[in-house]
Amino acid sequence: MAVGARTNLLGLSRDDYKGLATTLCAGCGHNSITNHLVKALFESGVDPYRLAKMSGIGCSSKATAYFMERSHAFNAVHGRMPAVTTGAALANRQLIYLGISGDGDTASIGLGQFCHLVRRNLDCTYVVENNGVYGLTKGQFSATADIGSVQKRGTVNELETIDIAALAVQLGASFVARSFSGDGAQLVPLLRAALAHRGAAILDVISPCVTFNDHQGSTKSYQYLKDHDRVLQELDFIPAQEEVSVSYEPGQVVDVPLFDGSHLRLRKLNDDHDPTDRLAALTVLDEGRRSGEVVTGLLYVNQGATDFCSRERLPDAPLRDLGEAQLRPSPQAFQDLVDSWR
Amino acid sequence: MESGPRLDLNLVVATVNGSGSQSANLILTRSIFGMGIPVAPKNVFPSNIEGLPTWFFLRASSAGHQAGRRLADLLVALNRATFQQDLVRLEEGGVLIYEEAFGEPATDRAVIAYPVPFAKLAKQVAPEPDMRKYLANMIYVGVVAETLGIPQGFLEAAVSRQFRTKPSALGANLEAISLGRTYFRDNLTKRDPLSVSQGEPILDKLLLEGNQAVALGALMGGCTVFGWYPITPSSSVADHLTALAGRLRVDPLTGERRIAIVQAEDELAAAGMVIGAGWAGARAMTATSGPGISLMAEFVGLAYYAEIPAVFADIQRVGPSTGLPTRTMQGDLSFVYTLSHGDTRHPILLPGTVLEAYTFTQEAFDLAERLQTPIFVLSDLDLGMNLWMSDPPQYPTHGFDRGKVLREEDLQRMSRFERYRDVDGDGIPARTLPGTRHPLAAYFTRGSGHDEAARYTESEEVYPRVLERLGRKLAAAVGRLPKPVETGDPDAEVGIIAYGSSDAAVLEARVELAAKGMGTAYLRIRSLPPGPEVGAFLQRHSVVYLVEQNRDAQMLQILRAELDPQLTGRIRSVLHFDGFPLFAADVTDLILADNQARADRPPLLVASSLGGGA
Repeated sequence: MAVGARTNLLGLSRDDYKGLATTLCAGCGHNSITNHLVKALFESGVDPYRLAKMSGIGCSSKATAYFMERSHAFNAVHGRMPAVTTGAALANRQLIYLGISGDGDTASIGLGQFCHLVRRNLDCTYVVENNGVYGLTKGQFSATADIGSVQKRGTVNELETIDIAALAVQLGASFVARSFSGDGAQLVPLLRAALAHRGAAILDVISPCVTFNDHQGSTKSYQYLKDHDRVLQELDFIPAQEEVSVSYEPGQVVDVPLFDGSHLRLRKLNDDHDPTDRLAALTVLDEGRRSGEVVTGLLYVNQGATDFCSRERLPDAPLRDLGEAQLRPSPQAFQDLVDSWR
Repeated sequence: MESGPRLDLNLVVATVNGSGSQSANLILTRSIFGMGIPVAPKNVFPSNIEGLPTWFFLRASSAGHQAGRRLADLLVALNRATFQQDLVRLEEGGVLIYEEAFGEPATDRAVIAYPVPFAKLAKQVAPEPDMRKYLANMIYVGVVAETLGIPQGFLEAAVSRQFRTKPSALGANLEAISLGRTYFRDNLTKRDPLSVSQGEPILDKLLLEGNQAVALGALMGGCTVFGWYPITPSSSVADHLTALAGRLRVDPLTGERRIAIVQAEDELAAAGMVIGAGWAGARAMTATSGPGISLMAEFVGLAYYAEIPAVFADIQRVGPSTGLPTRTMQGDLSFVYTLSHGDTRHPILLPGTVLEAYTFTQEAFDLAERLQTPIFVLSDLDLGMNLWMSDPPQYPTHGFDRGKVLREEDLQRMSRFERYRDVDGDGIPARTLPGTRHPLAAYFTRGSGHDEAARYTESEEVYPRVLERLGRKLAAAVGRLPKPVETGDPDAEVGIIAYGSSDAAVLEARVELAAKGMGTAYLRIRSLPPGPEVGAFLQRHSVVYLVEQNRDAQMLQILRAELDPQLTGRIRSVLHFDGFPLFAADVTDLILADNQARADRPPLLVASSLGGGA
């Protein structure tokens, strides 16, 4: 799609990808993510009738109401979006599942479900809007708060952080990226690549909470991210229908082919990170942990992993559409079965 | 089947868990059943893989009683650790077959004892120790067969059936059985009167487990997503469904599966998968037991409030907490009925037979999609894990009821769609499925406050309106649920109410009570909320015993909340909760004692052994 086009492949305008007005705080990072999502979904021409927006509980999980009003949405219970999404995907694998979660939803109450969704490699895009605090309950630390990070009331977090991206890599996720809500140039191509990926695509997006976690001493504030964002690559998303024709210096640019024929083009910056190397992903994240930098960009991708519904050998047609003829054995086969129990 | 001499034989085998006695017990069961004698086998086993005591009860009765009996006519004692205690399970004058090495049985009861050197004999048939324990069990099969006079042909048929996938094991097992027979013939003299004699073959019945029947119900009910987490006594539902699906839901050409059976990371996830799948339009189900049901409470509340179809089979075990994981109870009834925080109420189906476990599970999918709410099938360990003699399951007579689902062509004709608007006046709104290609189709599903258009609201007008509509929906649903079954004399003074796996014991107890001169009417509740038949039954009988397998009279509590207190005041509870399956005597003895007490005392006093009532 040409930059700035008014309609996309489906003939839809950007407004067709919008939702209700946000009820989150003004300046909330989550609102920026919503805008980047609208852009990514619009530019990729995602069919609103094929999208299912899934979420758990928390500020982040409310955000599914603020984009793509024409798509079905399921705001489930706290930390349980992965299981609900898994069930929905088993019922209808033709839909595109976009999960929106938060750091409390994913790294605390829903940590087990998150791990098992990753382990199953469920085909979905899983965005964690990560601000390090509980907003709706007024500012408690979450499990992704960095050690030494200071709460608004002055309490220092003395517990180790749970690094969602590192955990996802360790669990064998097939697509892991980290980004920052304020960096649309990076986040939009990552979202588009995640949507194009087949398997669990995990995006840990640092998203400052202006009300409870944007002060001096926080490691998830706008200022901290401005000062400590270690961007691994410059990213371009190249849709399947566009020719890959740009010439580039070997070694500086890498094209990551994605499931649907599109590419994510990485222009390396200071780091020489190989996103197909799991150990390198863990290493660069650990370097960031030690230096206090927030490492962002495409961390790991494995296009060879089989997604869950394929591993379950489900037909392409949604299970939910099968009727008696496909689901019940014939009267003779039934009788044979009962007779075998005699 | 009642043409021969009247038989009522209770065989108990006391052995050690993990010793592989299950095959031996099945062979005995099928041999006797093959002779044309109705059987009722029950395993009473520990929560353990190996080493703790376990008992097998096999009732063979020409009357076809399906409940067990507590005391044995014939006890096979093979567990050294419990040998002396096991003797109390023997009827006065009963027959004892025991391992000779245990020494003389110390009992003041009159018993006819046959010592058999099982361990020594096992060494003869199985020189290698790993096979020995299995074959030792076959030796007792031979000894019992010789004692009771089971013809060899029936044993051979049962052995062949047992090892049909492992024909190489046939020879050694038959040899062990023969060794047992020969030992008895050559070394012991039959001094007891026990025997079984061949009747007409029972061709119209088969032996089925409740969990197997639930799995068949899931298959025939069109289940396509089954999320579960291993827990006794429900795990075998998943095992049976996996086997059925492997046979009947795999495309032979492509290998594609028309069902997803997913072992979840816990019961929370199992419930979540079922609800996600139900939301997306699949027929989805889980099977679990008490501790799993506790974990699922939050999700069930979501499905109730967001109106998502889902089927939950709860194969009850003894609670609270971990309780007695391998013992049976009807302890989840009141918890499940209003599972979740807030105001909820759920339709519960209460199968009393394995056949109903099949039909009710199948119907649960229709009900779930029609009512857009979680439907519970409450079975228990006794019904679920034991074999019951049953009429064969029948092919369904009607197709799926997919409920009110609006498709693109339906929306085409509409100017407005509101997910939670009661358009038809039956409390049931229409839904759309994600993926429906129409601008009106999408809505926002949430467990938070919502209005008729599925929009978020905290309105003090809208919230009660939606909740009252949900109440109306359930009230209107009662007519769709399985109605109670009523038998016996409608004019009898005494009525009995029971539900679930208590049925077999109550049926037998009614025969025993009739023999003592007490005619009874019997109402078996097959679903909740209770239909009008329950109140009508209470109206007709001045004394009504409600039989339950729990301490707190949970069904009585529910009936008290739902029915006229004048009527529920007639109910006197007969309660059983020791973890054993309900036996007829448990019912008969308590009712007779209470009836005597009523004759002796002012009518409002309740016998101390009974709860509730008055």
